[in-house]
Amino acid sequence: MEQDLTKEITVTVNGETVRQRVEPRLSLADWLRDRLGLTATHLGCEMGACGACLVMLNGRPAHACLTLAVQVDGEMVETLEGLRDRGVIADLQAAFHERNALQCGFCTSGMLATAHALLVDNPHPDRSEIRDALSGNYCRCTGYEAIVDAIASTAAARTIDQGTSG
Amino acid sequence: MKSPALDYVRVDSLSAAFDAFEAGDGDAQFLAGGHSVVPALNLRLQAPSLLIDISRIPELSGVELCDGWLRICAMTRHAEALTHPLIIHHAPLLCAAAPFVAHPAIRNRATIGGNLVLADPASEFPAAALAMRAEMEIVGRDGVRRVPADAFFLGLYETAMRPGEILRSLFVPPAREGQRVAFDELSRRRGDYAIVGAAIQAVMADQRLSDISIAFLAVGDRPIRAAKAEAALRGGALDGATIAAAQAALEGDLDLEDLPQMPASMRLHLARVLLGRVLGRLGGP
Amino acid sequence: MTMAPDTTAFIGQPHRRQNALRHLAGRGRFTTDLVLPRMVHAAFVRSPVARGQILAVDVEQASQAPGVICVLTAADLNPLCMPWVGTLDHFARMASPPQNILAETHVVWAGQPVVMVIASSRAQAEDACELVVVEIEDQEPVVDGAAALALGADTASPGLASNLCYETVLETADVDAAFAKAACVVDGEFSFGRHTAVTLEPRAVVADFDPSTGQLTVHQGTQTPYQFQDVYARHFGLNEGQVRVIAADVGGSFGMKLHVYHEEMATVAASKLLGRPVRFVADRLESFLSDIHARDHKVRARMAVDANGIITAMEVDDLTQIGAFSAYPRTSAAEGNQVIRLMGGPYRMQDYRGRLSVVFQNKVQTSQYRAVGHPIACAVTEVLVDGVAEALGQDPLDLRVRNVVPDDAYPHTSATGYQFEKLSHQACLARLRQMMGYETLRAEQALLRKTGIYRGIGIAPFIEITNPGAAFYGVGGARISAQDGAIVKLTPSGDVQCMISVTEQGQGTETIIAQIVGEQLGVSPERVKVITGDTDTTPVGGATWACRGAGIGGETALRAGRKLRDQILAIAAAVLQSEVVDLRLADASVIDAHTGAVRLSLAEIGRIATYRPDTLPSGTDNSLTAAQHYAPSGFPFAFTNGVQASHVEVDVETGLVKLLKHWVVEDCGRIINPLLVDEQIRGGVVQGLGAALFEECLYDEEGQLTNGSLAEYLVPMACEMPDIVIGHVETPTLDTILGAKGVGEAGTAAAGAAAMNAVNDALLPFKARLMQTPMTPARILAALGHV
Ligand SMILES: Cc1cc2nc3c(=O)[nH]c(=O)nc-3n(C[C@H](O)[C@H](O)[C@H](O)COP(=O)(O)OP(=O)(O)OC[C@H]3O[C@@H](n4cnc5c(N)ncnc54)[C@H](O)[C@@H]3O)c2cc1C
Ligand code: FES
Ligand code: FES
Repeated sequence: MEQDLTKEITVTVNGETVRQRVEPRLSLADWLRDRLGLTATHLGCEMGACGACLVMLNGRPAHACLTLAVQVDGEMVETLEGLRDRGVIADLQAAFHERNALQCGFCTSGMLATAHALLVDNPHPDRSEIRDALSGNYCRCTGYEAIVDAIASTAAARTIDQGTSG
Repeated sequence: MKSPALDYVRVDSLSAAFDAFEAGDGDAQFLAGGHSVVPALNLRLQAPSLLIDISRIPELSGVELCDGWLRICAMTRHAEALTHPLIIHHAPLLCAAAPFVAHPAIRNRATIGGNLVLADPASEFPAAALAMRAEMEIVGRDGVRRVPADAFFLGLYETAMRPGEILRSLFVPPAREGQRVAFDELSRRRGDYAIVGAAIQAVMADQRLSDISIAFLAVGDRPIRAAKAEAALRGGALDGATIAAAQAALEGDLDLEDLPQMPASMRLHLARVLLGRVLGRLGGP
Repeated sequence: MTMAPDTTAFIGQPHRRQNALRHLAGRGRFTTDLVLPRMVHAAFVRSPVARGQILAVDVEQASQAPGVICVLTAADLNPLCMPWVGTLDHFARMASPPQNILAETHVVWAGQPVVMVIASSRAQAEDACELVVVEIEDQEPVVDGAAALALGADTASPGLASNLCYETVLETADVDAAFAKAACVVDGEFSFGRHTAVTLEPRAVVADFDPSTGQLTVHQGTQTPYQFQDVYARHFGLNEGQVRVIAADVGGSFGMKLHVYHEEMATVAASKLLGRPVRFVADRLESFLSDIHARDHKVRARMAVDANGIITAMEVDDLTQIGAFSAYPRTSAAEGNQVIRLMGGPYRMQDYRGRLSVVFQNKVQTSQYRAVGHPIACAVTEVLVDGVAEALGQDPLDLRVRNVVPDDAYPHTSATGYQFEKLSHQACLARLRQMMGYETLRAEQALLRKTGIYRGIGIAPFIEITNPGAAFYGVGGARISAQDGAIVKLTPSGDVQCMISVTEQGQGTETIIAQIVGEQLGVSPERVKVITGDTDTTPVGGATWACRGAGIGGETALRAGRKLRDQILAIAAAVLQSEVVDLRLADASVIDAHTGAVRLSLAEIGRIATYRPDTLPSGTDNSLTAAQHYAPSGFPFAFTNGVQASHVEVDVETGLVKLLKHWVVEDCGRIINPLLVDEQIRGGVVQGLGAALFEECLYDEEGQLTNGSLAEYLVPMACEMPDIVIGHVETPTLDTILGAKGVGEAGTAAAGAAAMNAVNDALLPFKARLMQTPMTPARILAALGHV
């Protein structure tokens, strides 16, 4: 008989409080995907090298493959599902769509997490700053330029919006 | 790539951490940011039976000035090296090294303490710590000790820490008048571990260099001080001849091995080129 | 008689992808996301050595491990499956050892699956894998292709007569004379590293065998569901009708996801044994060890020019190293075969000799990956052309302008036997020159050189094979469809659905099909729902391989759309008591072809035909569904062409290369959607640049892959990649109504060649020349004399 190592964790996931017992070895990514059905978070390498698994952890992008579910007990996790539902990245999503900044879509949720955090920290990034921010996000399909364009155009549009409203 | 089964405990004090470690019977491992531990678990390179999460121990958090020294506690995330005003001001070399460590999201979680304890010879912070002549504050059951960086990094993933000890903080000595720092590395892609990297700290007064320390990364089993190159620079001006002398002296500092993809002679060439460039930057505005 | 203006031209518009919205909302439906009731998970114990004999396998302890359902060996699985052999009949005397699911007596590459563990979770399956004991007697592996061909060399697999898989020679009668007469001959020895596809979603399969009905459903991240339906039916002894393959969203494929792999066969076999769903998702380490690798060519080549600087001949010897067996069902010889035929493709060159040797070694199989053969042929050709330019003291762009097949000289047959309907090399070169500001860049280069900054410009015209007919595989006996099929239907409320055999991996197949069908029916593409990737619901066809989605799939959709249009118009004419020729479809309606006045909405047609067919004049066919298949005829392939240019800066002290900018002028015939075409090109270019500068599967002497993780295998990332400027020339093929050719592989075909020429151009003052990919700092420094 296997020893029961499971721990109870309480995590705010996309604004909802989730309480579950999990094995300590379970990664945050596997927990989100397999136990909570939040499949926007993808796995591409399970070692921090591709960015497909990025989620917002306490408001900052973090790798769900490098984090154990037990480590986030008491913390706040937001996935692409949550960001979308809150409407905070609607303009980024629209810009990605307009510019065709995704093909297979497997990298997209990680790209959006990175882009979202970048624009919060640095509302006026230049192209090289955008590329730098994306340095841990692998995309095999697009060649990156469309993604850079989409982030740049979102930043520009946000600046104009702020200019006219304030 | 799934971790082997293990147990996990989160502790909220140093003494609880020591208790847990002892209870772990030699098979426990501390967990900070987890960004080295978890990939190693996923790869099944490690199989501790217990992880002791020390990330919320209050004594391990914070950045403060202490008797003129800057104290950076172990749980300080990499990202804070780029943003924390005290680090920017009092440990500019750490700040200069930080953008080269991994990628933005990794820097959000990985801790400076974890990075130093890991003692990866290709890592940026250990070299910066060595060049800053920083000291490690280590706590154990029996008390606290401070170990200078050059006595801390002992070999490949090997430090002066004894099993069960915890790195509490990094102490950075106060800056001297006229101190300058520079950091750079050569890597094939942004954020990759470097082919070679160099951290330099020196005092520049009356166009003369003094108090210089140079540390290289990715050139051996630990970060390496380039003592002969430093000697060649000491008291000199930052001109072409002095830099060339330092580059020439570097051969005596670095004991490079052939790698499958790059011979030792080429690695030395690159180290010299990099040294020239970083020194050039030291003189810059 | 005037016709009403056309308000429904959707082809050629930059329509956005409807299906992208799901991904942007985190609602992709990848095979890796699929959870089925009672599903169990697979993991494999793999050979730790590249070559050896299996002495013993002990699964006792593993079988007892927590969560384990069963532990399966070759004895359990292989009898369920008919072995497969990766040869084709039109490759004469080709040899390859038969394959079955798990290694039985021998292992032939490090990473070959030996034991399969099925458990309640992947983690538990991995736990149990660690408890399996496999005893293997090591044998010295065959790693170097040239040595493998030496007389008496050990063979990579048991049962092979030699390590030669296939060889062929292609030559014109006068090739030796051409070299004898040449004013100048340049030569080179090239080496193209192994690299691999690294799709972000790894291979994934969920096999679900239902013993109560004998029905096998396989959910698989593949680009060719029909091919796998056929494979699973034949190799597992099922009727085709009992096998359904569903490829929902696929996280990248690029050719890698159309080969037969041991693990997928094992997963199907295990599901048959257990009668429940079995899931296998390769983790990244397994991807590097078991996904097909690509390239791995050593090429010796020379090029002859006459006194006027006109290229007269090439001679090429390609050694392709393919791993321990040839891939199934497309073989591992197809790439080399294409390499020797694509050489010198853009040029007027009259004479040619190409030799190909395909060799076994103890590494994982290589096979078709995006732009099969093109990057190699293009790089060899274009590096030699730059060599000629240097030898003759001519500008490389001017030299190419003089040597390409002129735009008015078509149809043309190449020295290697390829037939070109109509290409546009001259127009593309002219466009490129203007787009990149060639003269200005050259002047800047000269100026910067004086300050110790070494920039280089590299140019690479290319041809690309698209719209392949049955000549590719079908004639060789492979059950690979060169035709595609579509069913188009009008719903009772006037929407349109199209079920089609070509598939979507993000390139935009579904969008262009919607545009094409929409245009035929006068319905906006947003109202056309395209359904792909399910063998039970779409007609049979080749799906996605060798650049055929737009050219062949698009033509199929166009013809299906027109068939339905005619049916709709016939019903409308009956309802309106009018003549078909006086009616047209536009704006979701039947309109008067002359005045444009709306006569009847499509919704009304749908309503009448579906709910009130009784009101139609007797004898009226009320069918609102049309089916159509299409296979290319005419030219064997629709060649496309274009030219790429790369601008780089080489740090001559460190060997690091900065990609400053990249240009592509591409002629893919009629453009269906410029937005999607441009992004296909950009993605392709970056894959080509990755191979040129970063990507390489490194092996040691023991045949061990030493960099098989995403931390050590360097894929191209955002910071290192340049912005890419794209221009178009449009020369539609006259073989189809649509006029479209393929574009998916064009970017990859020539990007590496352009980059190699650019690096060499930067290094020109140092007389250093690289002919090896990837161009690593170490290799560049070595070429510069820093050893
Ligand atoms: C994709 C990727 C790229 C990376 N690139 C770089 C890079 O370019 N340069 C670089 O330098 N690093 C790089 N890293 C490493 C990263 O910086 C590490 O995560 C960091 O070095 C370890 O910090 P951590 O807090 O995550 O430590 P953990 O993974 O939690 O711990 C690391 C080790 O230190 C021990 N430990 C941690 N904290 C303490 C303490 N206070 N006292 C005692 N023992 C302790 C742990 O037991 C463990 O053995 C990379 C990591 C990843 C995943
Ligand atoms: S899966 Fe987490 S970074 Fe790749
Ligand atoms: S869109 Fe496929 S990986 Fe980015």
